Amino acid sequence: MRGNHVIAEAAIRAGCRFYFGYPITPQNEIPEYMSERLSKIEGGVFIQAESEIASIHMVIGASMAGGRVMTSSSGPGISLKQEGISFLSALELPAVIVNMSRGGPGLGNIAPSQSDYFQATRGGGHGDYRTIVLAPNSCQEAGDLTYKSFDLADKYRIPVLILGDGMLGQMMEPVELPPEIPVKRLPPKEWTITGAKGRPSRFIRSLILDPFEEEEHNWKLMRKYEKISKEELLWETFSIEDAKMIVVAFGTAARIAKGAIKRVREEGLKVGLFRPISLWPFPTKILKEISRKVKHLFVFEMNMGQMVEDVKLAVDGGAEIHFYGRPGGIIPTPLEISRIISSYYYQKKLG
Amino acid sequence: MLIKTVFSGFGGQGIILMGYLLATGGMYEGKNVTCLPSYGAEVRGGTANCTVVISKEEIASPVASEPDYAVVMNTPAMVRFQNQVQTGGIIFINSSLIEIRPIRGDLEIIEVPLNELSKQLGGNKATNMIMLGTFIRKTGLVSLETMINVIKDTFGNRPGIFKLNKTALSIGYNYLE
Repeated sequence: MRGNHVIAEAAIRAGCRFYFGYPITPQNEIPEYMSERLSKIEGGVFIQAESEIASIHMVIGASMAGGRVMTSSSGPGISLKQEGISFLSALELPAVIVNMSRGGPGLGNIAPSQSDYFQATRGGGHGDYRTIVLAPNSCQEAGDLTYKSFDLADKYRIPVLILGDGMLGQMMEPVELPPEIPVKRLPPKEWTITGAKGRPSRFIRSLILDPFEEEEHNWKLMRKYEKISKEELLWETFSIEDAKMIVVAFGTAARIAKGAIKRVREEGLKVGLFRPISLWPFPTKILKEISRKVKHLFVFEMNMGQMVEDVKLAVDGGAEIHFYGRPGGIIPTPLEISRIISSYYYQKKLG
Repeated sequence: MLIKTVFSGFGGQGIILMGYLLATGGMYEGKNVTCLPSYGAEVRGGTANCTVVISKEEIASPVASEPDYAVVMNTPAMVRFQNQVQTGGIIFINSSLIEIRPIRGDLEIIEVPLNELSKQLGGNKATNMIMLGTFIRKTGLVSLETMINVIKDTFGNRPGIFKLNKTALSIGYNYLE
C-alpha cells in the first residue's frame, strides 16, 4: 500500500470519523482515500474545505464535540494551519495533523524534503506551546504511528503531528494494518461540548485576559509537556554496539542513511544509526548517554541543518557533531551518503 | 539477495504500473519489497520512473544508488539511467523507440521491439506488459504464475483488460527463448 493510503486507513481503524482538508501534492491520496472510505461509514464526515485555514478550524469544532479528527497537508498548507494548531494547543484539544512535507520555502516544489522540522518541533504558531511530533520512516510505521497518535492525542488532549515527506507518502510497501476499533468502545471524554442538557455547562476558550490566569494556564500546559517529555519518547538504534561514529537521521533520511551504513560496514567501518522517531519530545537523554561512549555524531538531514540543533543541545558539547544536508527536495542516494560518512571517518582517524 | 530495478519512460507508457505489479509479485512470493514511484508534475508525455527493490532481508533504502536492472522505454530514460546501472547489470531497451545504444561494455543489453510485438494484440497496446513479461523471464525475479495472479487481482473485475494484459505478458515472456 502507498504511504498516504496507509495513514488514511490506519486513521479510520483508530476511530477517526472526521476529516477536513484542502488538496496539495504530495499528500492528495489521503483526502482521496478518506472521501471514499468515510462516505461509506455511518457517521463518517469528509469535507474538502475552501482553504487550509477553514479545514483546521473545522478540526477544532469536531474535536470540541468529542470526535476523533484528522487533517493533512504539506508544507505551505501546514503553514496556513498554524493559527488553528496554536488554538488547538491553547484549547487542549486532541487532533491528528499530517504533514507530508515538500521542498520549500514558499511554494517550493513537490519533492520530498525535511525542511519543516523547525516548524513542526517548535510549535509553529504563536504562543508557548508544543505538539507531539512523530516521524515514521516506512509505510508500516506510518500506519502504526498514525494509529497510536489518536490515543496520544486523546490521552494528553494535545494535537499530534505526523511528519513525513513526499517519499513516504508516495512509496508503496507491504503493511499489516492494525485492528479496527469500534468508535463506541473509545473511552468517554468528560470535557466535550455537546449541549448541556441534564448537566452543568462546560466551556472551552483560549481568550484569557487576566495575565495571572493565563500564566496558570501556561504552567498547566508546561506540566503536561514535561510529562510527555518523560513518557512518550520513541527512537530506534541500528549497529551501535561497536560503533565509533553514529549517524543521526530521521524519517526518509534515516532509510537512506541505513543503506549507506550497510555499505560502509561492508568495508569494515564501525558506523551505527540513531533514529529519533518522536521528534518532539526529542530523545535527548538517550542521545546524551550514547555521546558518552561515541565521540563522533554525523547528522544527516534533507534540509540545511535543523535537527542538528537538537542533537547539539542533547550532547551538550559531549561529542563532535558533523553535519551533511541536501535541501530543496533532492533525494540523495545511499552511495553518496556512504562516501561522505567514509570521508569523515578517515579524516577523524577512526579507522 | 537484494535486487534493485528502475523502470523509466514517458508518462502514459505504464511505467508506474510495471513497478507496482513487479513489487506486488515480490510481495506475493513472500519477499520484502519497496516501490518508489516518481509523482506529481509527471503527466502523460512527461517523464515517469519507478524504483522497485525486492529482497529476502529487510530493505534499508528504497532509493537505488546503482540499480541491478534498468528497464528503459524511451530515449531520455536510457540517457538518464544507462550509466547508473551497476557493472554486470542488465538494461532492457524498448528498441522500437530507442535508436541509440549504451556505450558501456559491462552491461548485458536486452532489446525488445515492443511495437512490433504488440502487433499481435492489434496495435500499440500493453507494451509495458510485454516488457514486463520479458523482464521476469530474463531475471527470474518473480515467476510467470505469480505475475498472472497479480494481474488477475489487479484487473480481475474487467475480464477484457485482464485477458489483454495476460496475453501481452505471455508474448513478452515467450519472446526470449
